[in-house]
Amino acid sequence: MKFAEFGGRFVPEVLIPPLEELDEAYNRLKDDESFKKELNFYLKHAGRPTPLYFAKNLTEKVGGAKIYLKREDLLHGGAHKINNTIGQALLAKKMSKTRLIAETGAGQHGVATAMAGALFGLKTEVYMGSEDVERQAMNVFRMKLLNAEVHPVESGSRTLKDAINEALRDWVASFENTLYLIGSVVGPFPYPVIVRDFQSVIGRETRKQILELEDRIPDCIVACVGGGSNAIGIFHPFVEDDVRLIGVEAAGRGLESGKHSASICAGDKGVLHGMLSYFLQDEDGQMKQTHSIAAGLDYPGVGPEHAYLSNTGRAEYVAVNDDEAVKAFVELSKAEGIIPALESAHAIAHAIEMAREMSKEDIIIINLSGRGDKDLSIVMSAVGQ
Amino acid sequence: MRAIKKVFDNKALITFITAGDPNPEATLKFLLALEENSDIIELGIPFSDPMADGRTIQKANYRALGSGMKVASVFEIVKNFRDFSEKPIILMTYYNPVYVRGEENFVKMAKDSGVNGLIVVDLPVEEADNYVKACRNYEMGTVFLSAPNTPEDRLRTIDELSSAFVYLVSLYGTTGARDDLPQMAFDFVRRAKNICRKPVCVGFGISRKEHVKRIIDSGADGVVVGSVLVKIIEEYGNSEKTLDKLKEKTKELRQGCIKEVR
Repeated sequence: MKFAEFGGRFVPEVLIPPLEELDEAYNRLKDDESFKKELNFYLKHAGRPTPLYFAKNLTEKVGGAKIYLKREDLLHGGAHKINNTIGQALLAKKMSKTRLIAETGAGQHGVATAMAGALFGLKTEVYMGSEDVERQAMNVFRMKLLNAEVHPVESGSRTLKDAINEALRDWVASFENTLYLIGSVVGPFPYPVIVRDFQSVIGRETRKQILELEDRIPDCIVACVGGGSNAIGIFHPFVEDDVRLIGVEAAGRGLESGKHSASICAGDKGVLHGMLSYFLQDEDGQMKQTHSIAAGLDYPGVGPEHAYLSNTGRAEYVAVNDDEAVKAFVELSKAEGIIPALESAHAIAHAIEMAREMSKEDIIIINLSGRGDKDLSIVMSAVGQ
Repeated sequence: MRAIKKVFDNKALITFITAGDPNPEATLKFLLALEENSDIIELGIPFSDPMADGRTIQKANYRALGSGMKVASVFEIVKNFRDFSEKPIILMTYYNPVYVRGEENFVKMAKDSGVNGLIVVDLPVEEADNYVKACRNYEMGTVFLSAPNTPEDRLRTIDELSSAFVYLVSLYGTTGARDDLPQMAFDFVRRAKNICRKPVCVGFGISRKEHVKRIIDSGADGVVVGSVLVKIIEEYGNSEKTLDKLKEKTKELRQGCIKEVR
């Protein structure tokens, strides 16, 4: 139930039986051959396996370690989110649930949930902070087009954390026919485990691919961390290997500015959304307003397994600010013709700095968790176009 | 603890408001207005993410935080209330404000200010070892929540760990006044009465005298009423009118608590 002290199940009593039900269903199905076969069928149609791409131009430009990109940006929907939504929607179907609810920040998880809902014929409703609804009008339209209903959330900071609160409020009343499809490795147990397992396909493929291409384990794997699902997805199958795992949080306008989302680098232990983890909070335990140019990283907490990996020292966590992320966004676009999501650009920025200091024989893998089309207008104003 | 036990010689009306709503100065006055017709007052510590609460109490949380309410001020308010009244006070909180202060520390501060019991909405029994230990050390009453879907063995554990009373959530949902109470509320009261040794009090959705009466008639030892009172505060703010309305409403609810002799 826990990653040492982290994780757990801090929820109102009414949610304990639905979480038990989910846990039982998941444990029954996860090793079931026909479930796995069905899951793989749908993942294949979502674009799996994704390539592990040698970024030759970027590598030469940086002049250090060999840089590989795990191309989750090529998946259906444009991000790694679909790995999890297909898995959980299939689980919902097997549990005879007829309705999915989800939270979304920028809208990527909402869109991926809407896609899975449409695919499996499940009624889908997505909670999204009203601030985000305004900022991400295109994704709101995409969700509607995919037959999902979008509920703007007016409470609190009107962003992702409030959307999670509202989805939990819905689930408390609707769990009998509804699965809450959480979008990251957060929330009460068993969600952090379920989402990790569905996202671990990223790391399993990467491991196989790098062994084929280089006949060895890489020296370093870098991924961005908001809630942390793409990072856990690529880290998890490498945890036992001799490889540095590095999670990159959003330093926003700088850690000293207080306007950031770096909960491991600058937060304290706390409890929210059903889990004990690191949060950005004040001395009374009130959650703080967070900021990142990448909406997908704009969350005051982090998945409990990351808190654990940080505490044990197995993974390292650093923070990259808005400007550095935008610079990396532009740099990868120009060098490789690949436009990364602003979230992934945080990982790229840090990986470039690391690669520069490493030798030419070293190998570094970046999880390119999503594509950047959704971020073009933000980057346009950031670079003053 | 003794103060709470005594309450359950009769049927109990437990009233709820959020501390610091609409501002810290108002709360003591509101407590004194509720005092006459309440058996226990439940005072909510405002939290940035009140995920078990419906719209009415959510807004109260934001009004309170917006007015600068701090956890330490909640303890201050209770301390001041103790100059006027011995009425039992239970603090309702989410777990994080307790966790960040440390359970031991939080419970001690509550005790020192004159608090009689605690409800931690999102702390289920599995996670509550340290908390229960701290409450025992300081003779602080504990109240755990249960719901209509809580299995029997869990309900037994909840009953064991609740030293003050067991809180029965009447329905599947968040706090908030409702026109009708679902049948499951009454079924749950009967089921819980067969299992629990501690008094059982029912909350969520109760806003009228008729609701109170029906819940009491089905066997509950008390009722918790919140949103309808918070709504009064929302409407009339920090004013005399609010005090009158709170008194009037609690008097009405009180009547529902008097069990008819048959």
